[in-house]
Amino acid sequence: MNPVALNLSGIDPELDDIELNLFVSAMRQRHGYDFAQYAPASLKRRVYQLVEQHRTSNISTLTGRLLHDPTFLPQVLEGLSVPVSDMFRDPPVFRALREQVLPALSVYPRITIWQAGCARGQEIYSLAILLEEAGLYDRCQIYATDFNDAALRQAREGIYPAREAQAWSRNYQAAGGTCSLADYYSARYDFIKLDQRLRRNVVFADHNLVTDAVFCEAQLVLCRNVLIYFSNPLQNRVLAMFRDSLLPGGFLCLGLRENLALAPAARDFEALDSSLRLFRRCPEPVHDEGG
Amino acid sequence: MKAVETIVIGCSTGGPGALARLLGALDHRLPASVVVCSHATSSPHSMCHLLAQHSTLPVIEACEREPLRGGMVQVAPPDYHLLIERGRRFALSVDEPVGFSRPSIDVLFGSAAEACGEGLIAVILTGANADGAAGLACVRRAGGAAIVQQPDDAAAPAMPRAALELAGADHCVALDEMASLINRLCMT
Repeated sequence: MNPVALNLSGIDPELDDIELNLFVSAMRQRHGYDFAQYAPASLKRRVYQLVEQHRTSNISTLTGRLLHDPTFLPQVLEGLSVPVSDMFRDPPVFRALREQVLPALSVYPRITIWQAGCARGQEIYSLAILLEEAGLYDRCQIYATDFNDAALRQAREGIYPAREAQAWSRNYQAAGGTCSLADYYSARYDFIKLDQRLRRNVVFADHNLVTDAVFCEAQLVLCRNVLIYFSNPLQNRVLAMFRDSLLPGGFLCLGLRENLALAPAARDFEALDSSLRLFRRCPEPVHDEGG
Repeated sequence: MKAVETIVIGCSTGGPGALARLLGALDHRLPASVVVCSHATSSPHSMCHLLAQHSTLPVIEACEREPLRGGMVQVAPPDYHLLIERGRRFALSVDEPVGFSRPSIDVLFGSAAEACGEGLIAVILTGANADGAAGLACVRRAGGAAIVQQPDDAAAPAMPRAALELAGADHCVALDEMASLINRLCMT
């Protein structure tokens, strides 16, 4: 697969737009997945990647296969969700979770945590390690959701390439880890497998932020680098869903470079650390639109 | 020819030094937006800080959803792809690195070609890999202009050489001549 995915771009933008719209319509009408409110530049790039990966000549050929070949949908979903992350990605964020958020959660007898868009699970295992080391894990119910079933399966397995382990160990230490990351995985051949005890309180579930609703009442919601793929209205709607999923004072953790300036629902949150994109739900919602 | 609204610049090995010289010689009244994608490994603060010490235009980090700003230099944050949406606003992505690079020059240039069309100048400076070549071809197909640093003038010639081979260029110049070329293309 050639990941550049640019060879179609720029030849006939108007035709590309028509084809992309037809593809999005097919996904929605035939399969119930709505990408119409995704930010266009990245969506288009991912669709071009699918065209290259499946060696079709254009987007319309993909669309035809999507309509007529029932086995094709999972591959398309996999391509459109591109689940990339690392364990303890952005160590200062995980350090702040360890030092500021978990102590606040420790007052609750039961703790509910939702990670929206967990992809292959790297951050769920990172979070589970933090909770274990804080002695809170057994009080926690953790929901890890994604719309990509293949990624969810991989998240359950917790198997990752061994070449990542060194960088992830450094991240873990930088995030204030008190043991060694190697204490939490076993290495075999070219892979590491995370200790499956780390997921004993984790429910991995299919949930689509675009079409599915609030399903829990949580003290902490993590959703890192997912909203960057959404248009402004969808970003706002999902932010309102996080607000409605959080208890008053509950914590929201977003990706390091997400911008909420155009989302009215952001007014229902106050910054705990704005540079780390850590927020708390205000006691009373002051803004109801988009909920 | 459509007025130049946007200048995208890509570089890698040797990039910070080349950028400092180029940005330091741009006309301070330049109306276009300048967008920089560098593979340099230094922290974002130090990159913006370094360039701001030399640039004639203000230098800030590019922020998702915000518009491109005329007369400013906006720099891609580390570890994200930077894209330009139609309507000339920034978007970020954490899609997989392209050829080991995130941000990728190809990703920026490809999106810029779609968003800006003819009102775009794309610049390839020094670098030790082929990132940017495919993106530069998109820019030219969409009617934008390509400027490539002369390979033998570059600290690392591989990137300009790959760009010339795959995409060609409207202008192939030494670094010291580049700012006056850009000033002329934008100010007339």
